[in-house]
Amino acid sequence: MDPTENEGRRDFLKKACAACIGGAVMIPPIAAGVAVLLDPIRKKGAAGDFVQVGFLSALPDDGTPRKFTVLTTREDAWNKMTNVPVGAVYLRRVAPDKVQALNVVCPHAGCFVDFMPDRSSYLCPCHDSTFAIDGKINDRKSPASRGMDELETQIRNGNELWVKFQNFLAGAPEKIPA
Amino acid sequence: MKSFLNWLDSRTGCKKLLHEALYEKVPGGARWRYVWGSTLTFALAVQFITGLFLWLAYNPSSQTAWESVYYIQNHMTGGAWLRGIHHFTAQAMNVLLVLHLMQVVIDGAYKAPREVNFWFGFVLLLLVMALSLTGYLLPWDQKGFWATKVATNIVAITPLIGPQLQKLIIGGADYGHHTLSRFFALHAGFLPGLIVVLLAGHIYLFRRHGLTVKEPRRGPDTYFWPDQVLKDAVACLVVLATVLFLVIAGKGAELGGPADPTEPYSAARPEWYFLFLFQFLKYFHGGTEVWGAIVIPTLVLIVMCLMPFFGKWRLGHRFNIWFLGVLFIGVAYLTVLAVADDRRKPSYRVAKEAAEREAERVKVLAAAHGIPTSGAVNLLREDAFVQGPKLFARNCASCHRYDGNDALGLTPKDPQSASDLKGFGSREWIARLLDPAHVASTNYFGGTKFARGKMVKFVTKDVAAYTPQQKEQLHKVVMALSAEAKLKSQASSDAKDASEIATGRELIRGDINCVECHAFGKPDEDAAGPDLTDYGSREWLISFISNPAHPKFYGKRNDRMPRFAEEKILDAKAIGLIADWLRGDWYEPAATVSVAR
Repeated sequence: MDPTENEGRRDFLKKACAACIGGAVMIPPIAAGVAVLLDPIRKKGAAGDFVQVGFLSALPDDGTPRKFTVLTTREDAWNKMTNVPVGAVYLRRVAPDKVQALNVVCPHAGCFVDFMPDRSSYLCPCHDSTFAIDGKINDRKSPASRGMDELETQIRNGNELWVKFQNFLAGAPEKIPA
Repeated sequence: MKSFLNWLDSRTGCKKLLHEALYEKVPGGARWRYVWGSTLTFALAVQFITGLFLWLAYNPSSQTAWESVYYIQNHMTGGAWLRGIHHFTAQAMNVLLVLHLMQVVIDGAYKAPREVNFWFGFVLLLLVMALSLTGYLLPWDQKGFWATKVATNIVAITPLIGPQLQKLIIGGADYGHHTLSRFFALHAGFLPGLIVVLLAGHIYLFRRHGLTVKEPRRGPDTYFWPDQVLKDAVACLVVLATVLFLVIAGKGAELGGPADPTEPYSAARPEWYFLFLFQFLKYFHGGTEVWGAIVIPTLVLIVMCLMPFFGKWRLGHRFNIWFLGVLFIGVAYLTVLAVADDRRKPSYRVAKEAAEREAERVKVLAAAHGIPTSGAVNLLREDAFVQGPKLFARNCASCHRYDGNDALGLTPKDPQSASDLKGFGSREWIARLLDPAHVASTNYFGGTKFARGKMVKFVTKDVAAYTPQQKEQLHKVVMALSAEAKLKSQASSDAKDASEIATGRELIRGDINCVECHAFGKPDEDAAGPDLTDYGSREWLISFISNPAHPKFYGKRNDRMPRFAEEKILDAKAIGLIADWLRGDWYEPAATVSVAR
């Protein structure tokens, strides 16, 4: 073999090793960092549990919605807090012993939806989505792609109002748990 | 691809830049002794990367700093690795800095015309030490908290501006949210920013003056790329491998229990690379600390700064090498002394064990209950397992013992004069109390005036003369009395032996006749001894500790034991914690319980 060719090979090997090792030493710190960066992806929202939000007797007979704060256990990274506000719902009587519950969060972009008593409908203050009193979209030009998120309700012991509280992904046409 | 690179080059000149970076001349060929600067740059890059990612999850405040680090360490994918790499690379940097400095001085790379670059490097060294110091506090664990407290208190003895400087550093008169905000801003913002600027200057000046060649040259001149780069890369790989080994061996970076300003912490030590200063300070007595903490270190730093001037003369260069050599040997010697001193001290060992126990315990509690918004330290403050031994050592161990010591593992100064309370209320404990061989020992009544009392007489005379049948009866009495305590550890045996216990209860009132002197099941005003109803239960124990001189217990015959609640020595919470701990009643995760059985 001709010595310059041999040298050329050695030179190439050196360069390859230097580049590979030099690159490889950066991998562990970056990999550990990226793992931590991506950690939130595997976190899930709170599973919907039934929570007592109030009493049936507090709801007007005429079907006007009332807003209730939902108090339950909340986990925020390392903290665990019991009996703290995690959201709110509109509740209204649809029959003497039947209620409908709507999550106050707008399904469009997540703003807090207001109830307009004079118009008997809901209006989102952010992008003007409007919803009928039963939560359905009542405007063909509504920015929201689905009606307000209805939540399961239960009446326990005659008067206690329980709601299966859950948040859903904003923006999607279907209800997907957050 | 090629045309894109040409386009980029014509706009930025990057090819020339890369060429300049890679084709630095290395006269005499690549050598291992030139790798230190590159390993430090690598370590710094690792710290920047890992630090930025840690920043994504860290939360600097006194109720969230420890908690967020705990969360990174135990609940985030890759978190323990990330923190471990950051922690141990920081330690590696301190070692590499010493090696780099030694190489520079030995090879004379600090001499004219490279004085300014030496000073750049010198300031970088101080900045990295400042990074170590500020980083040590950020997890807000007991160790970092107390060690940094010592460091910032030393700042306060600086002449003239000390107290103001200290307040400036800790963000107020006392440690708190702003201490963490400031340390974090320094650690993640100011100091790294300064380091980037100085490092750019350091590398620029290095390139301007070129490598200081170690004579004699070993071979023909080469270029930085690829010969020296290969050596540098291998050295970086060794650094990384060491760090990863330490991460695995140390199971990640240590995280002590959450900082608690109200808990004494005698295991407070700075990180090992500052131990020499810690040890050095021990030799300066009241009023002279300023010499050890400030004057002498400042003088050493000034001498180091002036090294390039001394280096002009042959003798000066020798002096510099000797000075650094002696300095580092001295530092190493002081470090060894500090470690040896601690090894010898039982109090340090006990404090360290307690600290490790708390660090483990708080993880168990946090996993079980979640951390309250008031901070993880409250999990420990409410925990009988952690607080019991400490309260016992402080309040009970001057007379009582727990398994022969003060419950923390030390032998108290005062001789034992009251019972050993390990297993109080258990069958074993009561059986030995009713055993003629033990009742008069210091583990029961031996050290008190009750050594000559009726109970001891009863056991040493009457019980000693019991027939086998009576001994059988006594055994049932032990079971019955112990069942009164409703101990968690005995729940299953108490349930299993229900019929023996029922018989035992009859015997207490009947044949064995404890009720001659004790109340049992109903109040008895004439009872001379302590009430046996619910003996050893939580309520019984709390009432007893609160006031042993209550007629229900020893009444006027009480011997020395303070009335802890009545005399306001302890509050209800502390007494409750002692009672729970003595009864072995604390939270345990389900898995550990089954293993213990």
